[in-house]
Amino acid sequence: MRAFEYVPAKTVAEATSLLAEKGDQAKPLAGGTDLIVMVRENRRQLERMVDIKDLPETNVLSYSPDTGLDLGAAVPCHKIYADDAISAAYPGLIDAAKIIGGTAIQGRASVGGNLCNASPAADTIPPLIVLGAICVIAGADGSTREVPVEEFCTAPGQTVLERGELLVSFKVPAPPQNSSSFYLRFIPRNEMDIAVVGAGASVVLDDAKTSIVSARISLAAVAPTPLLAEEAGASLAGKEISDDAINAAAEAAQAIARPISDMRGTAEQRTHLVGVLTRRALNGAIQRVKEA
Amino acid sequence: MAEKKDYKVVGTRPIRHDGVDKVTGRALYGADFYAVGLLHGRVLRSPHAHARIKSIDTSRAEAHPGVRAVVTAKDFPDVEDKIADLGEGAANVKDLQDNVLAGDKVLYKGHQVAAVAAIDPHTAEEALELIDVEYEVLPPVISVLDAMKEDAPLLHENMRTDEMGEKSENPSNIASHFQHKQGDLEKGFAEADVVVEREYTTETVHQGYIEPHNATALYNPDGHLTIWCSTQGAFAVREQVAEILELPVSKIKVVPMEIGGGFGGKINVYIKPIAAMLSMKTGKPVKVLMSRADVFEGTGPTPGSYVRVKMGATNDGHITAAEAYLAFEAGAYAGSPVGAAAFCVFSPYKVENGQVDGYDVVVNKPKTAAYRAPGATNAAFAAETVIDEICEKIGMDPLEFRILNSAKEGDIRVDGPPAPRVGFVETVEAAKDHPHYSAPLEGENRGRGVASGYWPNFGMKSSVVINVTADGTISLVEGSTDIGGTRAAIAMQAAEVLGIPAESVTPTVADTDSVGYTAVTGGSRTAFATGYAAYEAAQDVKQQMIERAAKLWEVDTDAVQFADGVFSTVNGKEEEIDFKGLAARLDETGGPVVGRGTADPNQPGPSIGVHVVDVEVDPETGKIDILRYTATQDAGKAVHPSYVEGQIQGGAVQGIGWALNEEYIYNEKGEMTNASFLDYRIPTCLDLPMIDAVIVEVPNPGHPYGVRGVGETPIIAPPAAIANAVYRAVGVRMKELPMSPGRVLKTLGKI
Repeated sequence: MRAFEYVPAKTVAEATSLLAEKGDQAKPLAGGTDLIVMVRENRRQLERMVDIKDLPETNVLSYSPDTGLDLGAAVPCHKIYADDAISAAYPGLIDAAKIIGGTAIQGRASVGGNLCNASPAADTIPPLIVLGAICVIAGADGSTREVPVEEFCTAPGQTVLERGELLVSFKVPAPPQNSSSFYLRFIPRNEMDIAVVGAGASVVLDDAKTSIVSARISLAAVAPTPLLAEEAGASLAGKEISDDAINAAAEAAQAIARPISDMRGTAEQRTHLVGVLTRRALNGAIQRVKEA
Repeated sequence: MAEKKDYKVVGTRPIRHDGVDKVTGRALYGADFYAVGLLHGRVLRSPHAHARIKSIDTSRAEAHPGVRAVVTAKDFPDVEDKIADLGEGAANVKDLQDNVLAGDKVLYKGHQVAAVAAIDPHTAEEALELIDVEYEVLPPVISVLDAMKEDAPLLHENMRTDEMGEKSENPSNIASHFQHKQGDLEKGFAEADVVVEREYTTETVHQGYIEPHNATALYNPDGHLTIWCSTQGAFAVREQVAEILELPVSKIKVVPMEIGGGFGGKINVYIKPIAAMLSMKTGKPVKVLMSRADVFEGTGPTPGSYVRVKMGATNDGHITAAEAYLAFEAGAYAGSPVGAAAFCVFSPYKVENGQVDGYDVVVNKPKTAAYRAPGATNAAFAAETVIDEICEKIGMDPLEFRILNSAKEGDIRVDGPPAPRVGFVETVEAAKDHPHYSAPLEGENRGRGVASGYWPNFGMKSSVVINVTADGTISLVEGSTDIGGTRAAIAMQAAEVLGIPAESVTPTVADTDSVGYTAVTGGSRTAFATGYAAYEAAQDVKQQMIERAAKLWEVDTDAVQFADGVFSTVNGKEEEIDFKGLAARLDETGGPVVGRGTADPNQPGPSIGVHVVDVEVDPETGKIDILRYTATQDAGKAVHPSYVEGQIQGGAVQGIGWALNEEYIYNEKGEMTNASFLDYRIPTCLDLPMIDAVIVEVPNPGHPYGVRGVGETPIIAPPAAIANAVYRAVGVRMKELPMSPGRVLKTLGKI
């Protein structure tokens, strides 16, 4: 590890200009549970770390059933799942926030950091995608732009963020009537692991809760970036809830997976698991609507 | 000796002497050591699995302002090509040296190539990038079966196979082949109604101790070298460093710090000679620490293996013949635990017609080290699952089969010697009688399996000195690293002799200048052999105290009795005094009392365990969950039952990890791709039920309290027990370790 500069930013504008000055050689620091480890292990060298975890904008956490959720990029997982209203509205996001690392990690690790780290296996990205979350990004020139989460990651470790840009917060739409969400991953152990495959699903059911109005499915660890399985989700729209319909959606999800073989699993194993986990995620979300 | 007896201290559960330091974090481990003027060493490691070193240029690193010294293999003295006894296993000194710093070739990724000492750790790390090594990359060979092929890339161009004493004509990666044989194999198989023959493979696994290797060395101008480190054997470190650096053992003092786990992996030296060389060059204390990746890639794991077992039995359940072919990866240099595997593979059973072939094979992986019953787990995975298949075919309860076929004392084993007394039948019966074995197991995809594990245990040398203190306590000085509560177990054996409470003993693990020679903490020997030495030292104290009582009372020593902690005489006058009272009167009876005891006991007494496990398999993901686990084991006499239970639980957990997910995963370049605890998956507490440890006590006739070593045996049975349970859960026989979800899916035909 080489020495680097640590700068706590006081405003979003200061943060973006500090980042812009150093380009690739600067990174924003929120929980630090990925960044500090990478720097320490020489997997990444930096000249500057810009601490953004004390900015009001990155710490916003407000939910209303009408407008949805504003979630600051530096809000740690534990604050999200400690909020009962948010937990009830976005159970799929909570599924993910509760399985990232252990309790100590969840005290620091943020959803924003999880997205910016841009791991194909990140647990919070599929639920954000299925919930239709939008990234709010501040630019060095004072501008703001919005990008859907499914378009944010461009390759492992790479994102749409340009020089000086900072992910400030997420906007998550209010959940529709008769809807719910679910996320699960497959890991060889019960905890403390990285997804071999992850799958998130959100569903909207009709008032009778027997048919699917719409569904979104997202996959982790089966491509260079987390995927939105658009066709798989769309295939369920208007269908009656049935094993056949769910199996067909799972197969459609399998069709877009392009996994690699590595130390966490083989490509065949991952493709197989996409089918299994997509079924379980859909059934889990449907079950939650029925139980609500 | 060693009948079942009631003891006052042995068999109780006092608080361990080192407990407060450990739970408060005050205990000093190797990395905690600090000295004025300390320099920090770091090691450059090979990025290649197999390559010739064409040149090493250290000039840029030496020119760095923060660097104080650089060492390479050129700084070694020329050592003889000879075998050194290192306690648990011998080693060739040249190989040892070459493993510490590579000479002509690097033989695995992570092989140590050069090292620097600098003013701080970051400078040392940076300086490693300034060492220029030119490699000629060679094709690697990673698996044992590939390495045995005639056209395999050779690690050592001059190595010939030792074929039962004769050297092969052509060079080979097979370092040696041996064979044990008893009876008439053909006749045995002809008598069988059922014959099962299966092939098994296991991958390389690491001990996974939490504390990485560490060493701080200080070389004084007077020629004395001191090394502070965590190790399983201070004397083994002294011997190895002496051999590698050609120093007299008397010039080296090794100070053992607390150890954060070893399991066999902290016997061999890696960075200790390097710290010493860097201190010799700089005249300063030098501390070298490994990272976790260094530990995985650069220290000895336990081998991957190919094992074939064939066994025949009659329909009424008698084994008629058994044959095993064991091919073990030694790592980069000869010396796998295949010999121990051959020893253990059929040892629980009476096998009149048997043959075991063992092959020791070098591959481009770190030189293997001991790991908890080294070799036995690989072998038992095969033998114990073949037995399960036989039981299934003849319709016999697998525990009944084990009772029926258990070796009795004196039965000749396949590898030659007669079987010593061990409570196999008692241990199987404990498993059978346990509520777990008869509990209904309901639900889909669930199954129950059993297996046994056998380990011979080691004796070896130990020394103990006891000083009697005026307040009636004793200080006990020993040389055995305390990994699993042995300070307590050793102290308790001395306390039992002297009739004092365990709390009246202050045990200290001393450096190599301050206690007599003591072999490594390994081979499950410490509570047994160092405990034996403590018993002898306490007997010596007792005898001297009897003499002091006689002097006090002016009677013959023959007239003094000692029972229940009280010295007494009835010869003419009636007197009595307890140990504490007499300790207070040493000054007036001749001064200090110091007792000494040494031991080199030759009847360690094997240990055997039977494990019962319930699993649930998710047939869609291939994941195995452990629902319930019971381990029974013959401990001879459990000195401190809590620590015996702890050993049984810890061993079972490591066996479960080996069974489920632990493995070195290699890419085609021979690089380990999972050198971290994230992707080298040891089980966490969330993956395990409480392990129910059941202690069986069949006293070892070779120890005054009947103690048998217990540490290693419990790792042996889990993989086979779990494989047998998986079969009952989902109907497939797993023949590869680990039984990771991907392998289970494949075996189920799902992918």
